[in-house]
Amino acid sequence: MNDKFTTITSTCVPLAIENVDTDQIIPARFLKATSRDGFGENLFHDWRYDRDGKPVRDFVLNDPRYSGSILVAGKNFGCGSSREHAAWAIHDYGFRVVVSSFFADIHRNNELNSFVLPVVITQRFLDMLLQAVTDNPSTEVTVDLEHQTIACRSLGITETFEINPYKKYCLQNGLDDVEYLLSKMPEIKKFEQDHES
Amino acid sequence: MSKTLFDKIWDSHVVTSIDGGPDQLYIDRHYCHEVTSPQAFDGLRRRGLKVHRPDRTFCTPDHNIPTENQDRPIADQVSRHQIETLTRNATDFSVPFHPLGSPLNGIIHVVGPENGLTLPGMTIVCGDSHTSTHGAFGAVAFGIGTSEVEMVLASQCVLQPKPKTMRITVDGVLSTGVTAKDVALYIIAKMTTGGATGYFVEYAGSVVRAMSMEERMTLCNLSIEMGARGGLVAPDQTTIDYCKGRMFSPSGVEWDKNVSYWNTLRSDEDAVFDREVTFDADDISPRVTYGTNPGMGIAIDDTIPCPTNDSEAKALAYMGLEAGHSVSGTPVDYVFIGSCTNGRIEDFRAFASIVKGRKKADGVTVWIVPGSQAVLKQIKEAGLDRIFEEAGMTVRQPGCSACLAMNPDKVPAGKLCVSTSNRNFEGRQGPGARTVLASPLTAAAAAVTGVITDPRTFLTSK
Repeated sequence: MNDKFTTITSTCVPLAIENVDTDQIIPARFLKATSRDGFGENLFHDWRYDRDGKPVRDFVLNDPRYSGSILVAGKNFGCGSSREHAAWAIHDYGFRVVVSSFFADIHRNNELNSFVLPVVITQRFLDMLLQAVTDNPSTEVTVDLEHQTIACRSLGITETFEINPYKKYCLQNGLDDVEYLLSKMPEIKKFEQDHES
Repeated sequence: MSKTLFDKIWDSHVVTSIDGGPDQLYIDRHYCHEVTSPQAFDGLRRRGLKVHRPDRTFCTPDHNIPTENQDRPIADQVSRHQIETLTRNATDFSVPFHPLGSPLNGIIHVVGPENGLTLPGMTIVCGDSHTSTHGAFGAVAFGIGTSEVEMVLASQCVLQPKPKTMRITVDGVLSTGVTAKDVALYIIAKMTTGGATGYFVEYAGSVVRAMSMEERMTLCNLSIEMGARGGLVAPDQTTIDYCKGRMFSPSGVEWDKNVSYWNTLRSDEDAVFDREVTFDADDISPRVTYGTNPGMGIAIDDTIPCPTNDSEAKALAYMGLEAGHSVSGTPVDYVFIGSCTNGRIEDFRAFASIVKGRKKADGVTVWIVPGSQAVLKQIKEAGLDRIFEEAGMTVRQPGCSACLAMNPDKVPAGKLCVSTSNRNFEGRQGPGARTVLASPLTAAAAAVTGVITDPRTFLTSK
């Protein structure tokens, strides 16, 4: 899963719903697996399939016009449960970037730790982007991690986005936090000595 | 320099800081359950690592366990495999583990506090967003993802950006029939479901000071439902009295040393919070939700507001409710009392106070699920089980149960459940299930009438 993140130019999948919670991204009954793989097939399961398991025609993931590695979603994406399975499902389905005007904290961390880049844009840009992608599915967006920019040429909009330098470095180099923490073991042991005596 | 309580606890646990990036935070207590840990233990195996501090982790299954026949093999093969995986991981890595049915089994956020594993001043994490519960003790407690569970197992640390601080003050005196759950649902509705994102909340004011530890746990538990990473209450005599004499609480000289330290744990008088919000107890009534996130709530005697966008209209359509109408009087199919929000003995006492001498309404299924084996024991010792049986209700075995419906306790599609749990998301209690969040008192009123009912009608008639 530790792919290195550079620049992505892609069409987008628009999900114009606010407060998408992680129970919608991956319902709890699919959390029984003990590996990280295969969650993509149940991404947005209860919106994507009806009770007989048939695809819901008007849900965006079932609409053949929309595809790409960028998910564009309404504000407050990923609220609710801390399940990292939600980020794994997004990654496993093939998304590398999620764009919204606002993310829930835990889910945002989970995306970063699962090598999915959460990109926060202004509400105005988000509204225009959702409309543009919905109307014209071939609308492309470019996300440049190095320069921390997101651009939609057809809209003529470029915005910069925030990411802390440490996480940026991790994404660019396919590194995770465990390796970093292990390198700090002397400091950890010293902290324990100082606080447990 | 003046500091908030949150800053004091956080800063004293920072091992190192990365410039412009997260802090490396030392974790005093790590709670671990079957759903969000298997991939973390696998990560340790892949890297050839041990658990750095097994003594600081505590494992027990809760999310995925049946609430009947716990002595028999779990029928669902996938659930059974996940619970067996936790058993194997705890054994392989020598981590304290309490299996299904053992005296220390139950919802991890109920078991930890009742055994003195949660104490003031601690940093506490768990792969579960309702870890915020433990903030009731004056601890910095928050939910983490599985990658972070692996970090804690490997190093006893997580890397976290430091949240901003918010103080929510609730002053006044709550009126009869208004519980901690109603206070929390009121605050969430005012703040909205994402209104505290990026913040760590300190709850203050006379209403909070007057709350028992169980009530403070309910309040802090729901912090995440307005997006806050956690919420805490400064420890006081109520906290100290609760912690004394519990299984893992310090004793003797250690106890005295700890109490002296705990008494210093409060925000400095001139500490500055990034945001201050104040509410008045007089404005808070028994609450119910009408939509599909916990922020979509109203007073039980109020009417449902008009949707302001497509997402809100979608929520009302899902719930089968209409704007301009009251939620009161809506027929109820299921009632669920339990969960890490309202699964403690006080909650069952409150529920019993209305059920006593009455009968369950026809056509309503009632699930009474204690938060832990200890709570089940307390229910029996207090004779509450007999009150429930006389009303035509049975007490089930402990677990997360219908809060997230990973086990067989699922509300069928289209059915409406009045639930003391924490989330009314679409499908949370089963695919297509409709959830109305409420207090144990309101749940009891629904259980005996069969419709959503203001619990004050029972309390004033006594």
